Amino acid sequence: MQQRDNQNRLSQEYTNRVLLNGTLSTPRWWYPLVSVLLFFVVIGFILFGIQIKYGLGVTGLNRPVYWGLYITTFVFWVGISHAGIMISAILRITQAEWRRPVTRAAEILTIFSLATALVFPLIHAGRTWRIVYWLIPYDAARGIWPNIRSPLFMDPIAISTYLTGSTLFLFVALIPDLAVLRDRTTGFRKGFYTILALGWRGNPRQWKMQVVGGILLSALMLPIFVSVHSIVSWDFAVTPAVEGWHSTIFAPYFVIGAVHSGVSAVVTMMALMRWGWGWNDFIRPEHFDALARLLTVVATAWLGFTFLELLFALYGLDAPEIALREMQIFQYPWNLLFLTFLLTGYILPVPMWLFKRVRTNIALMFWSSILVNIGMWLERFLIIVPGLARKSPFVFTWEAYSPSWFEWYVLFWSFCWVTLLMLLFSRVFPLVPLFEQKESEVFSDSIKIGRATVPTIFREEEEEEED
Amino acid sequence: MVTEDKRSWGMVIDTDKCNGCSGCVTACQVENNIPLNDQNKFERGRVMSWIRIERYWEGEFPDVKARFIPILCQHCANAPCEPVCPVYATYHNDEGLNIQVYNRCVGTRYCANGCPYIVRFFNYWEPAWPEDLRNHLNPDVTIRSRGIMEKCSFCIQRIKRGSRKAKEENRELQDGEIKPACQEACSTNAIVFGDLNDPNSEVSKLSKSESDRKYTLMPQLNTDPNVVYLATIDPLKYKDLGEKAKSNEH
Repeated sequence: MQQRDNQNRLSQEYTNRVLLNGTLSTPRWWYPLVSVLLFFVVIGFILFGIQIKYGLGVTGLNRPVYWGLYITTFVFWVGISHAGIMISAILRITQAEWRRPVTRAAEILTIFSLATALVFPLIHAGRTWRIVYWLIPYDAARGIWPNIRSPLFMDPIAISTYLTGSTLFLFVALIPDLAVLRDRTTGFRKGFYTILALGWRGNPRQWKMQVVGGILLSALMLPIFVSVHSIVSWDFAVTPAVEGWHSTIFAPYFVIGAVHSGVSAVVTMMALMRWGWGWNDFIRPEHFDALARLLTVVATAWLGFTFLELLFALYGLDAPEIALREMQIFQYPWNLLFLTFLLTGYILPVPMWLFKRVRTNIALMFWSSILVNIGMWLERFLIIVPGLARKSPFVFTWEAYSPSWFEWYVLFWSFCWVTLLMLLFSRVFPLVPLFEQKESEVFSDSIKIGRATVPTIFREEEEEEED
Repeated sequence: MVTEDKRSWGMVIDTDKCNGCSGCVTACQVENNIPLNDQNKFERGRVMSWIRIERYWEGEFPDVKARFIPILCQHCANAPCEPVCPVYATYHNDEGLNIQVYNRCVGTRYCANGCPYIVRFFNYWEPAWPEDLRNHLNPDVTIRSRGIMEKCSFCIQRIKRGSRKAKEENRELQDGEIKPACQEACSTNAIVFGDLNDPNSEVSKLSKSESDRKYTLMPQLNTDPNVVYLATIDPLKYKDLGEKAKSNEH
């Protein structure tokens, strides 16, 4: 089959065949990997059942460290979910062309990490079986509304709004590809795709509505971009009793940190997609290059907020606050965690990204993005736990906290769970948007500047004539 | 005459009288069906005691003195634990009590993070007693299951029983008629419980007459506690003053 047409663009046939290789056929590694993940996920569910039966004593939590690894991981996954809106919505509105092969991966990462984050308050709560009382807004039998002043009540609202928006967004972007799949399958799958494709025929009117719908949803989701992690940060910021928590800077600090970790997770995922499905022609080094440039800016802004948070804390010269920071930064074992957090969150990866050779090296980008997420997980841990472990100088109940293997497993479980959901998704829907890819091939061209050949994008406003 | 709905239950704790005997701790443990604190609970930092004695040292050797503060739920008028609960499991009632509704609690432990006094306790396991202690449980107090928060209730079962009895006998509730378990057990009468809105109650009188010694815990957090402490009369300070007076005489 012809790979490239006479203008050196990837042919549409080739695009279809390669990008559907995970959907219309099964990669060799798919079944073994899914079985292994399924095994770990099922063990996680069994452990969760044990925790429900016997109580939260199975964790390492104590008094006063009432929140630990579960809440840290909850915040972490909410942070990862900011990838979708950053990549799809903001880059769509700003017409960044390089976003195209990445958008869907970012959106499904958003959806599955949000779904995982929503599970964590359930795992964390003492009486999971009563949480219906909290999540479903009106309890007619008792006539009591939930407490809307509590950030913990606003969390599920913000997250489910985000989840609904992202799912709609993903679906609108999937419709043309579903039609492609409809035309290439038979039997049960054809029926399934026919229903989901909503009668897509690819005529100009449908394209127009699809594009307008995408842009509208992007714009509508932008406020959620700010609100979701702000609300999560208020879980901590409204607590006057815990040093290190009651900070007014938390909302923007958490949002920028979320973008940092989310975009890094997208980089990780892109590298895996390139290796797993062999989409080398579609997920190219220049995409990694562009994401690393974006990450450099985001990471630096985030580092600024990190120091600003410390500055705000120390500016008041409040003795307990200073004592807490001293413990967080200088005392064992927090000092090791803090050092690792700074190294992996900024000092190691960001200087690396300043070199184009690193930015276009897939393996290096993969490992540096993993580093960022180790650092970002530690950041949440260092915010949540030391403040609780060293509560206030008047009350002499200070306890260190070491998570039990149970909690570590649940952290591991969450990664298996998200990966499993993604792999199942990839078997049913294409992970790279076909139509976006084809569109970018039509727009892209190369121009000669001096001796160098530079890739460019030509957008010609011809749509009106086609109508 | 104070009508029932205008009560504001409060407590005055005279730290000068407290000798740290932990009688209140034990009495509370028995009255409120609090599970026994065994070695494992201490090691894992999951001890439950609705009232506890914090001991600290004051002064330099040899003029050193042990100080005790009994700490229990302060029943703050402006309680930081209340607004953060998503299900209204903790709220303020019209008698000034900070109430914990066990049935509503889903165990987010958010209230415990909100509390600066760390007087809220979480049931990590289902509570268990040795077989021979099971019949000693107080039938007036709910046994809390795993996964929920609990804390000092100012012995609400005694408050309710006292108010009911007074109503049955068609009379006003007398000051000192209701005594929480800790007050009853206190050998030095350091703990006094009563209605802060009644100007003739002992708590009101004490917090008025001893106003120079009166303080609340962590006032900088603006929680407005209903538990008032009276400061220790410092013998070291008086000794210094005496010596100063002597040196002035010479």
